[in-house]
Amino acid sequence: MSEAPSVVLVTGVSRFLGGHLAARLASDPSIERVLGVDTTPPSREMRRRMGRAEFVRVDIRNPLIGKVISTAKVDTVVHASLSGNPGASGGRSMMMEMNVIGTMQLLAACQRSDTVRRLVVKSTSAVYGASPRDPATFTETTEPKAIPPGGYAKDAVEIEGYVRSFSRRRPDIPVTTLRFVNLIGPRIDTSFVRYFSLPLVPVVMGYDARVQLLHEEDAVAVLERAAAEDLPGVFNVGADGVLMLSQAIRRAGRISLPVPQPAVPLVGRFTRRARLVDFSPEQLRLLNFGRVVDTTKLRTEFGFTPRWTTVQAFDDFVAGRSLRPIIDPATLGRVQGAATAVARALPSGA
Amino acid sequence: MPEARVIPLHAEGTEGGRRPRPRPAPRRASRPGVGSLAERTAAARGTTVGRDQDTGEAGETGVAPTGGEVAALPTPQGPTELEARVAEVGEFLQRRLTGRYAVDDFGFDRDLTENVVMPVLRPLYEHWFRVETIGTENVPLSGGALLVANHSGTLPLDALMTTVAAHDDLPVPRYLRMLAADLVFGLPGVGAVARKAGHTLACNADAEALLSAGELVGVWPEGFKGIGKDFADRYKLQRFGRGGFVSAALRTGVPIVPCSIVGAEEIYPKIADLGPLARLLGFPYFPITPTWPLLGPLGLVPLPSKWYIEFGEPIPTDVYDPGAADDPMLVFNLTDQVRENIQQTLYRLLAGRRNAFLG
Repeated sequence: MSEAPSVVLVTGVSRFLGGHLAARLASDPSIERVLGVDTTPPSREMRRRMGRAEFVRVDIRNPLIGKVISTAKVDTVVHASLSGNPGASGGRSMMMEMNVIGTMQLLAACQRSDTVRRLVVKSTSAVYGASPRDPATFTETTEPKAIPPGGYAKDAVEIEGYVRSFSRRRPDIPVTTLRFVNLIGPRIDTSFVRYFSLPLVPVVMGYDARVQLLHEEDAVAVLERAAAEDLPGVFNVGADGVLMLSQAIRRAGRISLPVPQPAVPLVGRFTRRARLVDFSPEQLRLLNFGRVVDTTKLRTEFGFTPRWTTVQAFDDFVAGRSLRPIIDPATLGRVQGAATAVARALPSGA
Repeated sequence: MPEARVIPLHAEGTEGGRRPRPRPAPRRASRPGVGSLAERTAAARGTTVGRDQDTGEAGETGVAPTGGEVAALPTPQGPTELEARVAEVGEFLQRRLTGRYAVDDFGFDRDLTENVVMPVLRPLYEHWFRVETIGTENVPLSGGALLVANHSGTLPLDALMTTVAAHDDLPVPRYLRMLAADLVFGLPGVGAVARKAGHTLACNADAEALLSAGELVGVWPEGFKGIGKDFADRYKLQRFGRGGFVSAALRTGVPIVPCSIVGAEEIYPKIADLGPLARLLGFPYFPITPTWPLLGPLGLVPLPSKWYIEFGEPIPTDVYDPGAADDPMLVFNLTDQVRENIQQTLYRLLAGRRNAFLG
């Protein structure tokens, strides 16, 4: 039924996900050619890792991408460049341009092509928004209660809209849309990673979000599987289990800094100006209410079970980044030992 | 069957000779050190109400799990007991500070619920409202079940007390997972604690997910209409939502346990409602009670009414066809059946009660 890919085009190869996917595909001898495109060349280390994969420096907002697809006779397109990290994408408006206009142009090229027979689009679970009126877990069919007001999430909603109209126009091309939760791991760079790396982590006072994560390796493996087989549909991609935001901060040995709700935009602006963390307003809402997706469809229909749970992925991130805990667990152990000793020394009924 | 147990409420005569609350003995033994300080103060209060106070019960307590007042309490235990308690508290704090505990997809934090939420609520349950549970054998000890109860009292203390009842008074402690309004989860502080105590948004998706996972789910289908009704309308059940809870039970095939709560209506008698102020604050109502807002924060102290929580006989839902949840007539009928059941039980319990505060 589903043919193995022979010429694969991956977008966003200078970033973690695209680069590592291209590297994995390049190490598969059954794939004839792997083309990686991006506006900036990948780092030297990434280029070494990518091996025989070819890098084409082309802006996907440019019609040139159509020419690349037709001359190389690309049969599988993996659109992995969707980014929610403005720091790494040259600012917010640039990020939006790359995400939305880039996707439109890429889809237009795929629609024209007579060689493309599979399309994989990286999307985000941010399309569900985050509000107190949402159910605890989102399935693929859950309608968001509050449509994301702007920024990355709105871009993602629009991109998914374009992808849907693409599938209407080219029903012969199976399209896999993957809604990723926040990625984490020792090597990836996301807003979330930067957030947890702060020594004092600002949180919204009075709120504690449920956080679902996915290990970077699992994310690459999911994209690889989607590129290799016809698995049409929309899938939530996230690890098992949940961490509370406060719990995650404690596990990382950080200290949380509660910020009253009215001051949150101010702190958000400060961390952006200081080039620490750039959270768009809808990502700040995530810190209020959190978001958990149901991954039953991923396991059953898509046939993928993440190797890391949320907790394991987070611990791997903490260990891999060698974050020095500000509160040392050993100190806590000593304090407890001292308290027990005091209790022992006390006369009974003191 | 429940009738037989209600008769003593009529028959029990004198003020001082009230039957001690039926309470499984092993639970008490397994939980020696809970809410000691509050228990003692409440015990002192309890004598004015004329209830037999089991002073031995309060005396054998150790240390409140959250407290640091370890040494200050006159405890009869030897140092080894004290040491164990300190170690327990220390371990708990260490677990919390390093984040080594588990939460489920809904945010339910068993460690926190067991060691902080329950100990905080328990003195209120045992000594302030002196809750008596009836028909605990009607609650399934395992597997999914939907507990449906009447709602009252301006603030949802009835729901909180029912979670304590499900945890403490059943032979096997169960965590009641409540379905709450979205207002709760939007509020700072309250929403976060509600999630950690295992509660979630009242919607079919969450209800069915919890029920099919074999949880005991609690729902108060009257919603704001029930909890915010005037004191004059006390114990008159309001409309039971749109029957969403029945279709959730039908889809998952779990039994519905009707639960009638008497006493909660009297804790904050709502005599008036400041509608415009409520709209301004985004609340469904702004209550005026005899003490609130007249006495300021003191008005937040609930009146110490005597409570009864009766669990009725479970209504099975697995006897219907698989498509039954899509039959609105059946859903309406079942909703009415549950509502009637609770209303009748309320009338019966009320008939047996002589005084709202003495029972």
